[in-house]
Amino acid sequence: MLKNSLIILLLAFTTGFAMQSQAGGSILPEIPEAQARFSEDQGCVEPTAEMRRNHMQYILHQRDETVHEGIRTNQYSLNECINCHVSDAEDAPRVSSEEHFCNSCHSYAAVSIDCFQCHADRPAKTTNIHLPSTGGTPEQLATENLRMLESEGIAHE
Amino acid sequence: MSEESGIDIYRRRFLSGSATAAAGMAIVPGVFLHEIGHAKPAADPVTSDVRWGMLIDSNKCAEGCNDCVKACNDEHGLTGHDRPATDAQWIRKVKLKDKQTGHTQTLPLLCQHCEHPPCVDVCPTGASFKRHDGIVLVDKHICIGCRYCMMACPYKARSFVHETLQDQLPHAPRGKGTVESCTFCVHRVDNDGTPACVEACSAENHNAMVFGDLNDTSSEISKQLRQHSTSQIRADLQLNTGVRYRGI
Amino acid sequence: MKQVDYREIEGGLPFYMLVGAIGVFVLAALGAAYYMEHNGHWVTGMSNQVIWGTPHVFAVFLIVAASGALNVASISSVFGKTAYKPLARLSGLLAITLLVGGLAVLVLDLGRPDRLIVAMTYYNFKSIFAWNIMLYTGFMAVVGVYLWMMMERKMNTFTRAAGMTAFIWRLTLTTGTGSIFGFLVARQAFDAAIMAPMFIIMSFSFGLAIFILVLMALYKWADRPLGDAIVFRLKNLLGVFVAAVLYFVIAYHLTNLYGTENHGVERFILLDGGIYTQLFWIVQIGIGSLLPLALLYGPGGKSRLWISIACLLTIIGGLAQIYIIIIGGQAYPMEMFPGKEVSSSFFDGVVASYTPSLPEFVLGFGGVAIALAATVVGTRVLRFLPVSLADDQVDPHHSATDAA
Ligand code: SF4
Repeated sequence: MLKNSLIILLLAFTTGFAMQSQAGGSILPEIPEAQARFSEDQGCVEPTAEMRRNHMQYILHQRDETVHEGIRTNQYSLNECINCHVSDAEDAPRVSSEEHFCNSCHSYAAVSIDCFQCHADRPAKTTNIHLPSTGGTPEQLATENLRMLESEGIAHE
Repeated sequence: MSEESGIDIYRRRFLSGSATAAAGMAIVPGVFLHEIGHAKPAADPVTSDVRWGMLIDSNKCAEGCNDCVKACNDEHGLTGHDRPATDAQWIRKVKLKDKQTGHTQTLPLLCQHCEHPPCVDVCPTGASFKRHDGIVLVDKHICIGCRYCMMACPYKARSFVHETLQDQLPHAPRGKGTVESCTFCVHRVDNDGTPACVEACSAENHNAMVFGDLNDTSSEISKQLRQHSTSQIRADLQLNTGVRYRGI
Repeated sequence: MKQVDYREIEGGLPFYMLVGAIGVFVLAALGAAYYMEHNGHWVTGMSNQVIWGTPHVFAVFLIVAASGALNVASISSVFGKTAYKPLARLSGLLAITLLVGGLAVLVLDLGRPDRLIVAMTYYNFKSIFAWNIMLYTGFMAVVGVYLWMMMERKMNTFTRAAGMTAFIWRLTLTTGTGSIFGFLVARQAFDAAIMAPMFIIMSFSFGLAIFILVLMALYKWADRPLGDAIVFRLKNLLGVFVAAVLYFVIAYHLTNLYGTENHGVERFILLDGGIYTQLFWIVQIGIGSLLPLALLYGPGGKSRLWISIACLLTIIGGLAQIYIIIIGGQAYPMEMFPGKEVSSSFFDGVVASYTPSLPEFVLGFGGVAIALAATVVGTRVLRFLPVSLADDQVDPHHSATDAA
């Protein structure tokens, strides 16, 4: 009796694997491309391997610093992750879709994230809400760029 | 890595703001230097050298005007669901009528950003907290949604998010099951800006609201507080509110 | 006195049917909680005005009752009344299960119950709520040890010490629960020093009422003898507690009436608060206090049926009392601008309306069901109940007549 069920179990497993390997690479996540590079020789804000493994730690650290201490640097800010990794097109994927940068991997790894119950899962459409006194075409620019332009005297009230 | 190839390098984005990117400093040093002025550099934590406060002149607050409320709702994406009992309101217009004289006046009521906030005392997880610069916030990451802070607030300034939300604004994350309230537009204040309500009030030339640093004796708000008699709502609780009123 | 013989209750089909029947309520509560969390709290009667609703009424009731349920054990080991000794184990068990039931309701109503781990890892030591979390978990541990001392013969000598600890802990716990409200200085109805002692007396009464009901039901169901001596003793004690609660309620309202600033809220509860006034006079005072007193001490006091009805009414009265405290206290508008009439889009200056919704009730009853289910299962797996509580077993020197 036990033997039989073991065999059945084994069979189920092996066929499962066979089917998987048939599908080939398509079961690996398809990670959408980012919009920008951090620098010429580095794609993300830390080396990619590091980011893949430890991005949550960077984000978590930044989260506490920003919320409690008002530290608003960009390098590890979740908003900037989204600005760079998700398109701001009208039909940009939502986080529920596997085409969304975050979910492409997270659904593959079966790790659920609850960041986006509160946070925007796409870049802001209009950023003029941040800096009402700034001119220009805010739609095309991330907040940060606007602020930089402003500081350079290009976009003054 | 495939996703990194063939993409233009937008250096600018990463050069600004991120003071940690030392490379940025080297290439465009001026960016930081004259931006700072008296504003806090993005990488610096807030300190108790500053205490943010607000002075509201109820005499100047126009009856029927709702601009501050609208500005707040727009700023934070508080859209509402036509369910007044559960919809979020971070700031509201309150109408007062003197029971004896019949004199009426209006004023905006928001989180009073107390020095000794009861909501912070009662919160079991520390999610309700006060920044060093006096702004009282909810860290929604560790808020468990017990609503004890709402029970404790003498101003009914807090709202509980009663439904699933979508399309929140990037600078105003908020979500179901946590408590929220006026943040003094902390995202603006950290960028040397003014809260949206104050801006809206001035835009209409009502100028009923002044925002500024209570610790800075030369700030507009400190001057006005010195000059005029002002009051705190529920002063009996001795919370030393950051929001003060004139004319009530 | 004879050695008391404790036994597990019988298993088998009737046992599983009983647990299954209670389990239905537990499942329904889980469903209700899921429904509330999935949709968000707008589907309940709770709002930004009435922040804590029916689930909190049940939760607070169960938590308060939990510490009261321990009374019987305390009387036996701390105050040395041997007649109560055979009941001590059940008393300890009920204390734990009622607390678990109450906490379950509280947790399931959180906005983010998935973050329970946060509640246990982040502490704000200034918060009376955080203190309560520790008081509650500590209570379970202390009562657990106490039970162990009672049940393990080798440890019997420590029973008194453990019982003392548990007794002190339970007083602290109820004070803590009462203080959750007492600390809300913002709200007129809650801001009273008498709140904490009142909660202790309430716990005596509610806990004992539940204890008597559960005891009678379990013995009937398990078909074990339960003599009048013990029942009459307990019901007399209950009468004292019900009267004491009544006394505290009167004291509470009288002291409130003394301060002018509380006249508004007093008027609201006692005179023109609509549903809250009705609940107060009809349910809390009439049905929940005076009627049980009449039943317990009147001619009906000798009948098991009337005694159970009196217990039930005490429980209903208790729920009403907590409903008035929690929800009535929130419905009454906060006084921010003395001397002014206040109006706004956020219900300032008006009495907030609250209609409890079905899921809230289902969740609340689920808490009761969790407590009952855990009790029944507990008595099945461990030796909580004496085989017989017949009069001659309990106290040979006592006859049924002079106990009453
Ligand atoms: S609702 Fe959130 S912020 Fe408020 S007391 Fe509870 S955990 Fe703290």
